[in-house]
Parts: sequence; C-alpha cells; structure tokens
Amino acid sequence: MGDHRDGTPQHSGAVVTSDGAAKNQFPDPGLPPHRPRVTDVDPKAAKRAERQVVLLFIISILGSILFFIAYFGIRVDGPIYDVVNTEPTSQLRLQNLLLGLGIALGMFGIGIGVVQWARTLMPDHELVEERHDVRTEEQRAEAQEILTTIYDESGIKRRPLLRNTLIGAAILAPLPFVGLLRDLGPTDLTVLRHTIWDEGIRLVRDPSGTPIKASDVTLGSAFHVVPENLSELGHHDGYLDEKAKAVVLLMRLDPDKVNVSADREDWNVDGIFAYSKVCTHVGCPIALYEQHTHHLLCPCHQSTFDLTNECEVIFGPASRPLPQLPITVDSEGYLVARSDFHEPVGPTYSQRGFAVRDMQGEAN
Amino acid sequence: MSSTTDYEYQPRTRSGRIANFVDTRAGVSPMVKEFGRKIFPDHWTFMFGEVALYSFVILLLSGTFLAFWFDPTMTSLEYHGSYVPMQGVEMSGAYASTLNISFDIRGGLFLRQLHHWSALMFVMALSVHMLRVFFTGAFRRPRELNWVVGCVLFLLAIVAGFSGYSLPDDVLSGNGLRIADAMLKAIPVVGTYMSMFMFGGEFPGLAIIGRMYIAHVLIIPALILIMIVVHLFMVVVHKHTQYPGPGRTENNVVGFPVGPVYAAKAGGFFFIVFGILALLAGTTTINAIWNYGPYDPSPVQAGSQPDFYMGFPDGALRLMPGSWPFSWEFTIFGWVLPMAILLPLIPIALLFVAMFAYPWIERWVTKDNRVHNVLDRPRNAPFRTAIGAAAVTFYAVQMMAASSDLIATHFHVGLNDVTYWLRAAYFLGPILAFIIARRMCLALQRKDREIVLHGRESGRIQALPHGEFVEVHEPLDEYKRYRLVDFEDYQVQPARANAKGKVTGMEKMRGRLSRWYFEDRVAPVTPQELEAAHGHHDDHEAVGAGSHKAQLDK
Ligand code: HEM
Ligand code: FES
Repeated sequence: MGDHRDGTPQHSGAVVTSDGAAKNQFPDPGLPPHRPRVTDVDPKAAKRAERQVVLLFIISILGSILFFIAYFGIRVDGPIYDVVNTEPTSQLRLQNLLLGLGIALGMFGIGIGVVQWARTLMPDHELVEERHDVRTEEQRAEAQEILTTIYDESGIKRRPLLRNTLIGAAILAPLPFVGLLRDLGPTDLTVLRHTIWDEGIRLVRDPSGTPIKASDVTLGSAFHVVPENLSELGHHDGYLDEKAKAVVLLMRLDPDKVNVSADREDWNVDGIFAYSKVCTHVGCPIALYEQHTHHLLCPCHQSTFDLTNECEVIFGPASRPLPQLPITVDSEGYLVARSDFHEPVGPTYSQRGFAVRDMQGEAN
Repeated sequence: MSSTTDYEYQPRTRSGRIANFVDTRAGVSPMVKEFGRKIFPDHWTFMFGEVALYSFVILLLSGTFLAFWFDPTMTSLEYHGSYVPMQGVEMSGAYASTLNISFDIRGGLFLRQLHHWSALMFVMALSVHMLRVFFTGAFRRPRELNWVVGCVLFLLAIVAGFSGYSLPDDVLSGNGLRIADAMLKAIPVVGTYMSMFMFGGEFPGLAIIGRMYIAHVLIIPALILIMIVVHLFMVVVHKHTQYPGPGRTENNVVGFPVGPVYAAKAGGFFFIVFGILALLAGTTTINAIWNYGPYDPSPVQAGSQPDFYMGFPDGALRLMPGSWPFSWEFTIFGWVLPMAILLPLIPIALLFVAMFAYPWIERWVTKDNRVHNVLDRPRNAPFRTAIGAAAVTFYAVQMMAASSDLIATHFHVGLNDVTYWLRAAYFLGPILAFIIARRMCLALQRKDREIVLHGRESGRIQALPHGEFVEVHEPLDEYKRYRLVDFEDYQVQPARANAKGKVTGMEKMRGRLSRWYFEDRVAPVTPQELEAAHGHHDDHEAVGAGSHKAQLDK
C-alpha cells in the first residue's frame, strides 16, 4: 500500500494477483491523435462558419436597436390598474418583454457568436502544460529564513515586556468599536410583555376600524380585530410594532362544545372568544379558520390550534397555545377587552419565563 | 539611463505601439507571459462556477441601477404613483420606491426582475458548482482551503439573497423578517438582545430596512467580492483540476490556452448567461410585490413561498412536531428553551460544519495526503458519492417540506399526511440515498469492467456456425480503455498502533470508517485480466474478480 505521504503522485496497484505495481496497470497511451474538424480541412465550411458568426453578431446589433425602439417607442401613459388587460398595463408588459428580448438578443448574439467562432475557427489542439508545485522546498526554506530574520531584527524575543504590552494594547484597541454597537437597540425587554390592549378598549375590525357588537358575531364567522386605540398611533409612534403584538382573531363557538378552564370562565362573551393572532411558533399571523373543525391554522408552518380546547396545539411545530384575550361587553353592547393579555404574545424568547411569572404575580 | 534608449524595442504595427506604451508604463508583459497562454482544461461540468461568477457580475450591475432609485427608508408616506390599487395607501418609502421602480421608471421592472433572477441563478449555480467539486473530489489536497472559501461564499450568497428579499418591505419580506426575528429570539439568553439590537427595538421598528440595505449593497457584496478574488487567485495558483484520461497525469494540465480559445469560450459564455437572464427578466414575472401590499403584521398569504434557498431551514421548522409527544418548550431555572425551533436547526448546523470539514474528514479516513490534480469520476469513489447523495437528500427533503402545503393541494392529499411522510423521509431518505448511490456506483464500475474486458455492445447480431446468435462486442481502442481503467483502487486502512504501540479509540473508529468506506470496491481491470478474458471466454469469472471483499477480511 505504500507510504501515501511522500507527496509524489503514485498509483497503488492493488490487485492481489500482481507481482509489481508497474506491470499491473495499463500504460498511459498519451493524448489521442487530433481529429481535424470540417472547418480545418474544407475552406468552404470555414467560410460558412465565418458567415454564421457574422450573422450572429448582426443579430446582436439588431437586438440592441430593438431595446431602444422599445424604450423610446412605447409610451406607458396613465394609471396602471393591475396585470389585467387595460391599455397602459399591456403597454408596460409589452415594453418589459421587448426590453428583455432586445438585451437578450444583444447578449446572445455576441455570446453564441464568439463561442461558435472559438469552436469552429480557432485551433482546437489540446495543449499540455507541466504543473509546478505550489511551492518548492527551496522557496520554503528561503521564506523561513526571511521570517526568522524579520523576527530577530524586530527584537521581539529579546524584549518580552515590549511584546506583552503590545499584545495587550492590540486586544483593547478594537474594543471601542464593539462598544459602539451598544446603541443599536434598547435592552429593556419589558416592552415585549405588554400590548396596547387594556381594560375597556374596544375591539374593532381590521382594517375598517368599526367596533363590533356581540350580536354581529354569528356562529361560524371570524373577525380580524385590532384595539380601537391603535388608530391613535402614527407610523412613527410604533404603529406597526404595536399592531404586530395586538392583532386578535374573534370567533363565536357553541358554548356547549368548548372546554373552559376555571380561571378563564369570564374571559368570553357567550361563546365569543378572542385569541392572539400571532403564532406562538415563529410569529406569523394566523389567517385560516376552519369553522367545521374549530381549528385555527397557521399558514407558515401549519401549526393547528384547537379552539374548543383553549387553542391547544394539535399539529405542527408550535409548542404553546395561543394567548387568549379576556373580553366582555361595554354599556353600549360593544365588545371590549377586560385587560391586556396575561402573558407575552408571539414567539418564545429566553426571558419569557420570568415575564410570565411577573405578569401572573401582577394579575393576582 | 540614456543607454537604454539605444536598445529600446521599436514596435512596427500600431497595436504593437499601443501595447508597448502600456507595457513600458505598467509593466504588464510578465502578466501576459504568465496568463496569455495558460492552459485551462475544458469540460461542461467546469461551467457552473463560471455561471455563478457571471451572475454575480450581473447582480452588481443591476443592483447598482436599482440603488439609483430605491429609497431604503421606513418613513411612512401616502402613495400617489401610477399603480392605481395602491393609490392613497400608507406605506414605507422602501415599498413605495419599489413600486416606483416597477411602474414609473422605464425598464425598472426589467431591472428588478433581472436582479432577482440573477440572484436565484447565482445561488443555484454556486450550489451545483459545489456539488461538482464534491463529487469529483476536487477539494482534496492542495485545494482544501479553496473548498472552505467556497463554503463561505455559499453562506454569504444565502445571506445576500435574504437581505435583498427583505428590502422591498412588502408583506412577504416583512414576514420573512418576522421569522428571522423569532429564530434569533430562540437563541438562549442572548438571542432576545440580538433581536432588539438588530431591529433597533421591537419588531419591526423603523431601523431594519436601512440596516439591511447597507448590509445588502455594501458589506455582503464586498465580502463576496473579496472571497471571489481569493478563490480565483487560488485557482490560478493550483491550476485547474482535470478529469482522468489518456495523456492526463497528476503532473500536467491538458486543455486550451487562455488566448484565444479559452478566453473566447469563457467570455462568450458570459454573454450567453446574460442573455438567458435577460430573457427570463423580460418574460417571467418574479416577486410581484404590488400584489402583496406594503408590510402589515396582520395579513399573510397562504401558499406563499420564500426564495428556494431559504426553503431548507423553513422546511426543517415545519417538520418538527412542537407539541408531540410533549411540548418541546422547556423551562430551566426560569429560562425558556424553545427546542421546537432549536432542535431542527442543529442537524443543519452540523451539516454545514461537516461540509466545511469534509476535506479533512476524508483525509483522516483514507490516510491519503497526496496531491490530487486528477479528479475522480464519481462512480470511482462510491463512498464519497454515497455520502454526497445522502447529504443532498437530507437537504432536498427539508426543501420539499417548505412546500408541504403546495404538495398537499396539488396532489389532493392531506396536509398532515404529507408532513408525516416527509418526517419519515427526513430520517430514512438519506440512508436510502446512501445505499442506492453506493450500489449504483459499484454497478457502474462493474459495467466499466465489463466494457473494458469484452468491448462495447455494438447492437449487431451475428450467427455462429453452430446456429447460436451472439451480439458482436466491439473492443475499445486504447484511449477509450484508458479512460475506464485509470483510477485509484483505494484499500481499507485498518487501525494501526501509534508510536507507543497503542491503538487509540479514535484510531479504531477511523479503521472502522475506512472499512465501511472501502470494503466493497471494484478494482480497475489490469492488463493480465484483459489478456485472460481474451484468451478464454470465461466472462463472469473475470468480472467477478474485481470485487475484493473476501480478500480484505483477513
Ligand atoms: C451579492 C449578491 C446579491 C444578491 C444575491 C441579491 C439579491 C437581491 C434580491 C433577491 C432582491 C429582491 C429583489 C426584488 O425586489 O424582487 C434584491 C434587491 C435589491 N438589491 Fe440586491 N442582491 C445582490 C447584490 C446587490 C448589489 C451589489 C446591489 C447594489 C450595489 C444590490 C442592490 C439591491 C437593491 C437596491 C435592491 C432593492 C430594490 C428592489 O427590491 O427592487 N444588490 N437583491
Ligand atoms: S409561525 Fe405559525 S406555524 Fe410557524
């Protein structure tokens, strides 16, 4: 089997019947003889190939011209409705198509032309070049010598104090730039605990913002809900941040078919339940309500929550039920929140356990 | 100094004069000498790296154009552009400017689509290129470091794609960021702070698009560029590998000179790639952000798909049962560990570590530390091919899982059933792929032996004098034959005692792995075997003689 570490390429002739490695292998016959192409022997074929290449280059020129015709010739004026066939929309599509075709032809013409030129008219003799080692032993020795000289002349070895202080300084010098990252964001995690839901905040439809009466919520219907005070927030006061936590799904279920735990008995209004719409897996909005099975389905990774069992997970990657928003009705008969959620909504984070403990302490 | 003018070279042609001018100022003639006729081997599988490079150039070009009009702000404004369904809608500057590029900048839609298609092509070509390098063993000494650079490029490409996908600030891209946020938060203890730092507070905040933008147009492209330069520099230092064949040895390179043939083919190929991408951009809509609307945490589209290269982590998340047989969320001293997110990411992380380390893993098992400039045909390295097939299958199952809902609706099967099947495939698929790929390699090697020993089936039937019909086998010429026999017959390297005369546990494991790698192998035909096969027509014995299993077990 030989010593494989001597760096010289070798073949290990391995078959047991052998008496010597060399005998046991087919000799390398060397490069196969060159076979001339038609274009090498027939000047007519060569001329033909040349004309083909010229034609391809001309196609490229025409392609580039086509681009400018489409760019200046097609006017996309007026409103664009959708990808339906209104006038400006189809103009836009046509323009996009022709711009693409123009550039594509411009490029293909050159590309295919040049490759064809290389294949048919440039010499196709394979050539052989010797490889050199990545480095020779001599070079390595020389380099090592140079490094030793540099090392000696610098005096680092003889002056250890100098070396050690330099190492210390070099470690500390970049640290300010790590420190400068500190203000990338705040470190107060309590924002993750609360939403803008609170006692008496009305549940309103998203996006219309109209409040919801208990009687509006018929059996089988589902509402996408946000808190009424969300609309007071401008985009720069954290509108999206708050919306991302506060979105809620509202459904009416047959009260006989639902299991409600003792401490949540007054969280629903005659079978109307409100649950956080933010998936406890990795936070997608839960958009699908299958009314005959009473399941909520997350479209991202198909976590399935059972509405009849306080949104317990029955399938998929989520590990926690959806948080429930306690609701009641106000004096005018509109649905309102009883309080904020009793736990942080959305995906898990390490410190969530402490948040839950504190929040339940507050609630009691 | 004046004496030099006496001898100065006086070119006669005009191009000669220009070249001379440049050379006397910039000293480029050594470079021309070095590269002008450098030999590059030619094979269609060497093309994928080129495609990746060209796609990157097109990304730089199209991205620069997009940056002229793209506005990376989350400042909210009311849209008044020409796209009617969005008029009057509140949206971020980023989304509005992407609409603007699509509908109001002439050719802007083309540029966006060109950029996005190039991004897909870039990642795709890079992946296939890596597979080519893996399956042919091109990562072996002296090219291990370049393999590592390639792996870094692969990761950077994914990050580049994800950061770009996030920029338009539409519903889908915001949802992608939402998932990234939750995955960060799943990291024990520090993850929550990392998320707060990344978003400048809570998700989504007002900072993320600007930060993604600087990463996307400066930091990541610069890193990719540096890595590509290092990568290509090393290719030049090592010279390209070549496939085995007549006249090709470890000590030479057989191929075409850079000028003119290789340069023409490679240069021409750039324009062909550009043409393909331009055609796609002109004809095929991609990421129609105007249909999704600006980011809003409430709506989401069912059946929405991330770009394909984000499929595998997404699929991994889907396959994990989060509450079966118990809730996979554990609380340890008050700290919460969401294992349903972390667990499926661990095998992916291990896969990446193994990918980086593979050249050293293989070297350790085979004890082969020689320089390899000649590639393996994948069938001639059944162990490696099988490992690669298993890894690809593992990746592919997870990528499929990312489309489990589409599979379910398309084939009218239950969504949960698809998930169960894919969960089984997650574990069994790689094992099956390993076995099948290995068997296939061995079968192909035996077929090669058969062809060398008995020639190729010609399809012509001949009647023998005594009435039997046989198919005529045409013998191979020596060049074709050499192509089939020129490979290395690796041996099992059993565990050996070290200098202290002790066989360490590690060494025992290596010995076992080596056995597992090599105990079934098919050796190349030897001249004696060929002679024997021609002497007396005892076909099957001769073919069977290639398997060495029995002899190795002593
Ligand atoms: C390094 C590889 C790169 C990849 C993989 C990549 C990928 C992407 C992707 C997938 C998008 C989303 C496109 C869409 O809207 O459908 C995007 C957007 C964008 N990219 Fe890149 N990109 C790369 C490099 C660059 C560079 C170098 C620049 C600029 C110098 C750039 C500038 C932009 C801009 C301005 C956008 C937002 C405009 C828009 O979405 O329409 N990209 N990128
Ligand atoms: S985010 Fe809902 S299942 Fe993953």
